[in-house]
Amino acid sequence: MTPPPSSRLPNTFRRFTGTDRYLTSPGLQAAVNCALALERPLLVKGEPGTGKTLLADAIATGLGLPLLTWNVKSTTRAQDGLYLYDTVQRLHDSRFGDGDVKDIRRYIRWGPLGQAFRAPGRTVLLIDEVDKADLEFPNDLLHELDRMRFRVLETEEEIVAAERPVVIITSNNEKELPDAFLRRCVFHFIDFPDLELMKRIVRVHHPTLDDALVDQALEVFFQLRTLTRLRKRPSTSELVDWLAVLQAAGVSSVKLEAELPFVGALLKKEQDLETFAEAAGARRARG
Amino acid sequence: MFVPFLYELRRHRVPVGAQEAVALARALEAGLHDSSLDGFYDVARALCVHSETQLDAFDQAFLAHFKGIESAGQALAEELLAWLRQASEKPPRDRTPEESEALEALDVAALQALFERRMREQRRRHEGGDRWIGTRGTSPFGNAGRAAVEGFRIEGQGGGRSALKTADARLYRGYRDDQVLDTRAMGMALRKLRAFTREGAPDELDLDGTIDATARNAGELEVVLRPPRRPDTRVLLLLDVGGSMTPHAHLVDRLFSAAKQATHWKELRTYYFHNCVYGRVFRTERFLDPVPVTTLLADCGPHWKLVVVGDALMAPYELMLRSTGLEMYDERGPEGVVWLMQLAEHFHRHAWLNPEPPTAWWAQTIRTVRRLFPMFPLTLAGLGEAVNHLARRGTARA
Repeated sequence: MTPPPSSRLPNTFRRFTGTDRYLTSPGLQAAVNCALALERPLLVKGEPGTGKTLLADAIATGLGLPLLTWNVKSTTRAQDGLYLYDTVQRLHDSRFGDGDVKDIRRYIRWGPLGQAFRAPGRTVLLIDEVDKADLEFPNDLLHELDRMRFRVLETEEEIVAAERPVVIITSNNEKELPDAFLRRCVFHFIDFPDLELMKRIVRVHHPTLDDALVDQALEVFFQLRTLTRLRKRPSTSELVDWLAVLQAAGVSSVKLEAELPFVGALLKKEQDLETFAEAAGARRARG
Repeated sequence: MFVPFLYELRRHRVPVGAQEAVALARALEAGLHDSSLDGFYDVARALCVHSETQLDAFDQAFLAHFKGIESAGQALAEELLAWLRQASEKPPRDRTPEESEALEALDVAALQALFERRMREQRRRHEGGDRWIGTRGTSPFGNAGRAAVEGFRIEGQGGGRSALKTADARLYRGYRDDQVLDTRAMGMALRKLRAFTREGAPDELDLDGTIDATARNAGELEVVLRPPRRPDTRVLLLLDVGGSMTPHAHLVDRLFSAAKQATHWKELRTYYFHNCVYGRVFRTERFLDPVPVTTLLADCGPHWKLVVVGDALMAPYELMLRSTGLEMYDERGPEGVVWLMQLAEHFHRHAWLNPEPPTAWWAQTIRTVRRLFPMFPLTLAGLGEAVNHLARRGTARA
């Protein structure tokens, strides 16, 4: 008997299959497992509210690894993720004679990427909303993510990841990412869930909710999403919030009409509310 | 086996190269595709596609390359099971020798149980073999049968879509970048149009400068400040409204809101006109609050980026109507086309976005306007090109 082929491979790994709280599609599982097996970063895109950020959490939980989060902002530089050399503190200390100024290492502050590399075991690193940062930001990270190592210039110290962290990168498409960066990533676009999956997702979040209400709410929700003129179509997180509000308020049935209860939880823009009122009015006139 | 597929992808303009091929080979070697076409679809998509704009092209390539494979495999599996079931239902004396032989070797119930167990194991452990799609296995089920059951049914998960059906549905057509765009996509395209400069009050700590000054100062702390980085792009947007533009109003509206949302510009001014610029433009869509073009040219230096949105479709004489900055149709003023010329000459960087598709650009007035303005279609790709054109030569400043 030959052993099953996968055990002969050097890179056997624990597969990700979703968690109790996070439901995945086969496509997403394949993408995550590709990223795990090839040890490449996973780039996740998709409509806001489809659970891009939660994915990293689910992977960390599913694989039992610690999660480090790097929230990228418009002012974030690549260097911030590696380490910061706190010169001001050192200047301050040297002026007032506090602490040991000679030891530069005391003034190195590790960023999330630095922490992930220095961790003794494998970690999950979430680089959230990478597109928020400057255009050059992803390029500056290419080398570090590829080789999983960097050099601290001030101390001549080389930081090498003991185990390559699982890197999950999310993007909201506000900026295009450079090709060289994209080529190094495994890519997944989170689809909007279909009715069946959405039902399962809702069940995960609201196990006690009345079936009839869930069905009605989903019908209204998917009808709303078909209004093409909406600027921001409601997504999963809005639906879950809306159901929570409905439940808290004790609403027992909903219909798509102008006086939809708590519509503000679904539609966040003033123009969208107007569009919705028009559409609902048109429905009533027809029906 | 999958290399021809990569060339198929390239034919559909999905830019794959050696890097993708190697990654795909490694993933297949690790058995990530679970020896199934559906699995292969997911794995190949994760590795070969780098942007949702390529998903549709990927689906098409996949369909072109693999259509026919699935049905053949599935049909064989069903045929085999049906044949065995039929044979087992016959009384023993009616069976043909082959049927008896097959039934002796394989008990149908046991076979079914084995099938199911295998499938359960497969689903639970998710460990596939290293069989290529369509290569033959060694199980008692027969080659095609086993490959088909393992491959095509196991991923189906309660009536879910199979890879070919997903590919055929073309769910991602909406994300292609040569299609007309939505606000977010427009905003994204506009973001490329930016430049920064440091000016204004120095209120940001210049760390390098401070260290330098402190060192020069023999260790006495000397703080150096600098002005913060600020955006330095100014954009002038002229929108054609009414008449033949009405069908495009929605699109223009989206572009306008995308431009409004853009926070990386120092200044954005929007004016409206109808058909052609005649000496003055208007602050509102209802043509109230006119501003003479001469004032506009005086206010906005040549370093402003001028973007005109319009279909440039009108009766030819409308390009030749004369007007001044104060009066419409005033014989003393220059023609509409001359006003356009002045705008194009004044601004170093100008572009015309046309919601009409380029196939309609043979119209006479469009041809005339194209001689004055570089024209781009109002699609995501066109907007991207226009922005690249506008951003060229960086921050030319007056």
